[in-house]
Amino acid sequence: MDPMMPPPVRRIAVDRDPYVAPPRSAGNGAASTTAVAPRLHAARTPSLHVRERMSIESVWLAYGENWVVRDVSLPVRQGEVLAMIGASGSGKTTLLRSLNRLTEITAGAARSGQITLDGQDIHELEVNELRRRVTMVFQQPNPFPMSIFDNVAYALAERPGRGGRRRRRSPEIEHAVADALHRAGLYDEVGGDLERSALRLSGGQQQRLCIARALAAEPEVLLLDEPCSALDPISTATIEELIVELRDSVAIVIVTHNLQQAFRVADHVAFMHLGELVEYGTSEQVFDRPTIERTRDYISGAFG
Amino acid sequence: MAVAKLAPQVSRPAPPPGSVITRSSRERTTAWPLVDRIAHALCWVVGIALCLVALAIVLFMFFKGVAYLHPRLLVESPAPSAVQSQSGGFFDPILGTLIVAAIGIAIAAPIGVALGTWLAEYGRPSWLARAVESVIEIIAGAPSVVLALFGLLVFAQGYLGFLSTTAENGGVYGRSFFAAGAVMAVLALPLVVASTREALTRLPDRLREASFALGRTPATTIRQVLLPAIRPDLATGTVLGLGRIIGDTAIISILLGTYLDFEKVGNVPAIGTLRGTGSTLTSYIFNNSPAGEGNAPQKAYAASFLLLIIVLVLNGIVTWLTTRDGQSEGGGLGRALRLIPFMPDPSS
Repeated sequence: MDPMMPPPVRRIAVDRDPYVAPPRSAGNGAASTTAVAPRLHAARTPSLHVRERMSIESVWLAYGENWVVRDVSLPVRQGEVLAMIGASGSGKTTLLRSLNRLTEITAGAARSGQITLDGQDIHELEVNELRRRVTMVFQQPNPFPMSIFDNVAYALAERPGRGGRRRRRSPEIEHAVADALHRAGLYDEVGGDLERSALRLSGGQQQRLCIARALAAEPEVLLLDEPCSALDPISTATIEELIVELRDSVAIVIVTHNLQQAFRVADHVAFMHLGELVEYGTSEQVFDRPTIERTRDYISGAFG
Repeated sequence: MAVAKLAPQVSRPAPPPGSVITRSSRERTTAWPLVDRIAHALCWVVGIALCLVALAIVLFMFFKGVAYLHPRLLVESPAPSAVQSQSGGFFDPILGTLIVAAIGIAIAAPIGVALGTWLAEYGRPSWLARAVESVIEIIAGAPSVVLALFGLLVFAQGYLGFLSTTAENGGVYGRSFFAAGAVMAVLALPLVVASTREALTRLPDRLREASFALGRTPATTIRQVLLPAIRPDLATGTVLGLGRIIGDTAIISILLGTYLDFEKVGNVPAIGTLRGTGSTLTSYIFNNSPAGEGNAPQKAYAASFLLLIIVLVLNGIVTWLTTRDGQSEGGGLGRALRLIPFMPDPSS
């Protein structure tokens, strides 16, 4: 570990009190952020059902000889949104992808430390079961080249009677698809014609379709890898509202380069730099009262 | 919804009346160095010459073909006669072409798609993948007459006698529609493998990631996402393979015998024909050309014209499949095509 780096903040208490929004500080650093972008759930009460779903304990991740995540520990809780921020190359996306073992697709990926889902080591779970329970939405909208309905139905858990590409349309499946589209806030826009090709939706609709698809699998944790970076501001706003709405039913981890977005949607923020977790806390703490110099520099735009 | 409200109806300003809209003129080649200008001119000459050659072939075949192609020829079987007006038509060769093409592609398409998928998506152990690729390249480069000779060797084995004729003394003839179709499959295989593999390699990894991130296995991903996504390419490979099969002569003349009409084997209707020999348009053309036994050039011209039309139509289908913008709503034709496996889904 680089001796010049500040020590990572770790061993955050897991069973802390549900987060209570502190009074808005007219403070330093992110004050301008605050003025421009009010928090999306400032008006709403914080979730009362916070419970831990995943826990990341002393995780190291490497591609080949190159350690890209160094000794990170974080809790992932349902009922709140965890945002991971940091400059490019800080390892946040790699850490996110390790949560459903997508890092394993890359040859030469290595890992140490422990990640648990509901108390179970994710490396003891069957990998496809894990990925159904921890689904992911990517930076680029990536709908499958098939109809909207088929896109969502594809994510539904395997049912007896094996679904081919053209799944048998049971009322059960139709209901599940409509439900997922509702949850992703897309149903009102596309509900009239689910047979349309998903590729003909706009970028923002495609990304919400991807979220619907990820939700259709009924996951416990939803991973979002810069979900709005390819979208326009209006689509971004829609998806941010969606994220905040979803946090009660699913634990959400979002990686973002957009600090204002992190501030708008996140309950907790983890700031990473060069593979290390520099600071972790509620978004008020991290944005308004960062305790570490490097965090302060980053959120005030000094680097990164 | 919100987007629609926010986008105001703006009428774009037109240029003021009387203003001249200029477009930059083409680059002048007179400014080029002499060598470049000569090369430039040569490119034009060669390009135009090629077009002229192609046009000459098509026009020549067209006029010869139209002159000699009577509808009667399409429905009459070949008859042994030295007089052209009595030697019948080429109904049997047309049917033979269809049979060989059907057998060949029915074998080549599934195996080729499977091989291409394995090479693109798995390809492990890598030494095996490299070996398979080399073998496919060798097949692709092998002259079809060599493949045909090898096929004859294989199908003349005693235990494959059920696929062709077995003589009184136990010798196996080794020539039949089955044999020709099987070797044609080998001929078409590299084209199907290549188009499948190329198309899969071109698909963005985010499609695979999206499927894996939903907890789907690689096998499910291939079956339900990747292969449907490359259906146009699968169709293209299949059609290219078909064209190769329809145009080949060497395999037919070695593995399908020299008789122009169907020679059935045994009494079972369809199987008897397939076990027996026959002809295709290519062998018919060869036979009736001045070089062949029949020496009925008019029939050869007519059949050549028909073959050319078939190949051109297949080429047109390939072009249509590869250049469609994919925006069509999928009308009657699209819906019909969707019922055929490997045909493109116009809605995607």
